[in-house]
Amino acid sequence: MTMHSITVTVNGEAEYLTVPSNMTLLQLLREKLAFTGTKNGCSAGECGACTVLMNGAPVNSCLVLAVEADGAEIVTVEGLANDGQLTALQEAFVEHNAVQCGFCTPGVLISAHALLKRNPHPTEDEIKLALVGNLCRCTGYLRIIQAVQTAAENGILNLSKEGGT
Amino acid sequence: MTVSKATFTSDPVGKSVPRVDVYDKLTGIALFADDIQFGPNLYYARLVRSPHAHALIKRIVTSKALEVPGVKAVVTGQDAPELIGMYLVDRSVLAGERVRYFGEPVAGVIAISEAIAEEATRLVEVEYEELPAVFGPMESIQPDAPLLHPDLGEYKVASFIFPEPGTNISEHFKLRKGDVESAWPRCAAIVEGIFRLPQIQHVPLEPHISVALWEPSGQVTLWTSTQSPHAQRDLIAQSLDIPHGNLRVVSPYVGGGFGGKAGVTMEACAVVLARAVKGHPVKLRLTREEEFVGTTMRQSLVAHTKIGCDAEGNLLAMETQYYFGGGAYNDYGVNIARAAGYSCTGPYNIPNVKGDSCSVYTNLPIGGPMRGFGMPEIHWGIEQIMDQLAEKIGMDPAEFRRRNCVKTDDTILTGMKMPAIDLVACIDKVTEAISLGKKEEPSAPHKKRGKGIAIMWKAPAMPPNPGSSAVVRFNEDATLNVEIGAQELGQGSFTVAAQMAAQALGVPYEWVRVSAPIDTRYSPYEWQTVASRITWTMGNAVKAAAEDARRQILEIVADHWGEDPNDLDIKDGKVISYKSEQEQPLQNMVIYGLPNENFEGWTGGPIVGRGMFMPTYVTNLDFETGQGTRAVVHYTVGAQAVDLEVDTETGQIEILKIASAYDVGKAINPDLVLAQIEGGAVHGMSSAFEALRFDEKGRPLNRSLVDYRIVTSVDVPKEIHGDFVETPLEDGPWGARGVGEHVMVQTAPAIANAINDALGIRFNDLPLSAEKIFLALEGLEIGD
Repeated sequence: MTMHSITVTVNGEAEYLTVPSNMTLLQLLREKLAFTGTKNGCSAGECGACTVLMNGAPVNSCLVLAVEADGAEIVTVEGLANDGQLTALQEAFVEHNAVQCGFCTPGVLISAHALLKRNPHPTEDEIKLALVGNLCRCTGYLRIIQAVQTAAENGILNLSKEGGT
Repeated sequence: MTVSKATFTSDPVGKSVPRVDVYDKLTGIALFADDIQFGPNLYYARLVRSPHAHALIKRIVTSKALEVPGVKAVVTGQDAPELIGMYLVDRSVLAGERVRYFGEPVAGVIAISEAIAEEATRLVEVEYEELPAVFGPMESIQPDAPLLHPDLGEYKVASFIFPEPGTNISEHFKLRKGDVESAWPRCAAIVEGIFRLPQIQHVPLEPHISVALWEPSGQVTLWTSTQSPHAQRDLIAQSLDIPHGNLRVVSPYVGGGFGGKAGVTMEACAVVLARAVKGHPVKLRLTREEEFVGTTMRQSLVAHTKIGCDAEGNLLAMETQYYFGGGAYNDYGVNIARAAGYSCTGPYNIPNVKGDSCSVYTNLPIGGPMRGFGMPEIHWGIEQIMDQLAEKIGMDPAEFRRRNCVKTDDTILTGMKMPAIDLVACIDKVTEAISLGKKEEPSAPHKKRGKGIAIMWKAPAMPPNPGSSAVVRFNEDATLNVEIGAQELGQGSFTVAAQMAAQALGVPYEWVRVSAPIDTRYSPYEWQTVASRITWTMGNAVKAAAEDARRQILEIVADHWGEDPNDLDIKDGKVISYKSEQEQPLQNMVIYGLPNENFEGWTGGPIVGRGMFMPTYVTNLDFETGQGTRAVVHYTVGAQAVDLEVDTETGQIEILKIASAYDVGKAINPDLVLAQIEGGAVHGMSSAFEALRFDEKGRPLNRSLVDYRIVTSVDVPKEIHGDFVETPLEDGPWGARGVGEHVMVQTAPAIANAINDALGIRFNDLPLSAEKIFLALEGLEIGD
């Protein structure tokens, strides 16, 4: 397997790595860098548990090759809270009890975060559409949707590691 | 609990405090089994699976696989001849002489990477001799059906399970009450139907994963995602002849279970593979495709049910046969058939009952427990028939149910007295919430609107004596650790454990930590996190442990003050005397005790509270009649009502509202109860549209999340109205009983009843689909 030298910034820290051609971004994050907050639910881009931000856009990291992330800025769930301070979005998930088993939660948070960044005041249908790629078997989605609405009302994403606000 | 907000919650039972695990789950800290790091010593395993639904294994050649660089070992059924099982020990860990379903593991390859192991599985040569296969339970009970388990009579079996050797019937439960034959002529209305449900999958977001380490010393550790750490210790130790003390099961957070991670599924495979490479941890994680092939599924059911009532709407007789398609192994499924047998009427008083409930072997994936454990399956038919009976005699469907449903102290079908519940209150709540019976306009001319109701009951289905235990230990600052063996699957068990410990001790909720991950070496015994039993049984153990600690603290302080412990109390983390009005903070004294006067010695020491709970009152049921003093510990009951629209141009259903109410005894955390009710309603709604599909050779066709669709964010109802009533359970902690499974049991029949209200069309077979509904509107039937 051909190896490649890449540079990836994960949650604000630059990482210099040598990776095989067929390694996915998900494998890179979980198995080389131990960012295990990002979950593997299907390895096929069907469940959304592995969603991360790549240059600000949500991607299924199981469908992105690590070499494609060369030079990219990646944000995982570990990069949302700042020094233990939850973002308004995360706080809204606490308020609405929108977490159960927690396995889909990292991907859901990233998708919702990306939505609020590009559309700070989404409609209910826009929220549902933004989350359609993130499967959840526990919550029934309603509390997640309500949490995103609350976060939108509160307005502050507080994503310092990404350099945004 | 957010770190940003310091809070102080006194008397937390009954309050919607935040989950203890929420911060870790929102920040990616929460550890799941696949997140544990094992370092470079770790090996990976992949399984060779049967391409046939039923075949004899003639020969396995592993030499080519072993030649692949990086392959460390190949293990076959010959290396692992052991059988394993929960209630009926009928399942091979790796197939021996015979495979009984497509995808059955026949060998495992261990290598230095998952990719190498996967590549080498293709080089394991297995020679099969195909056998005739049988896929439906009704075909499987025919005398000329291929016999799947010729050794059925030899298997070890629980005392309350009755297989029929020489047939494919792995359990036959009989319920006989009154005399149905003499009751039929007295019925003013009789409805009879055959109802079919397909196998469906749990689809937890976290696939099954196990890492096993067999050390040269004989110590075995299994890190796994499971609802059943202690049950796995017992079953795997028995099966593989490992001393229980040498087998340690460690289970961090579970990414959804729904019954699919109960008992033993693939975990024993990981252990027998690790046995071949002692000293190396071996990781076996299933792909999403394997989840649909090689784990347990909800069993299929063919129900033939006939129920009759008199002209006033009093139920008189019921005759029913339930044939569960149990798949290739029924080690756990036998008890689902039994549970469906002793609860076969649903939540109704019927004086004359003849019920037969069987689990039947078929050459399909293994049937096993899933949220509701037989109850969603049987209620699908029962609840549609109840609507039809009400309609026939001209009674409102809610009123028909109020009249006939079980009530406190009723003698139910097994002869047991019904513990206190209020199902009528649940019916009232959902009926009102959707204005059942009030016709409302559809949103467009090509749509039709309908409303429907369904009610349910379910008892924890388990052996008579499953136990729980708990320990409470303090830190110097009087914060405390609650040790339990119950698992956190998302339902909130850790949170209610913390609430109950805080309440029973008299300390703030925020002072309590739950000792996790669950580790059988350190965590107190808990049978399994199944059957919606944890809030009740673990709760009793936690309460007892906290009360034990409280008693010790009060005795020390009373001795120190020269007072009577009965005059003392603990409030907000301080011991107070109602008599002398003295105060003693718990800090330090719970570890170091208190000095005697002038430091002439000390009193007390580190406080450790212990508690346990085990139901001791469940009795045997008569083999011929299913009658006995106490069949089960208790029942949880509830009602759901659905308001929906059907698009007559497409057959598409839109659920507008689901109202759902259960008698939970006591809501320890009301918002967690509502979260269960909402999530369960959506799970129940999803289940009405789900089906595993197979080709004519028994090969699953929809083995991905694209082909096997579950409800997504865009499919959810506009509104879910959750509610509960609180009729205390006599032996529940603060009166609480479980509600985790019940919340999806009757959603599918409530939808079916609403569709009938909208269209006047009944569907006896699941799954529903837009296509099926559209064709029915055209007067056509769908071929399956």
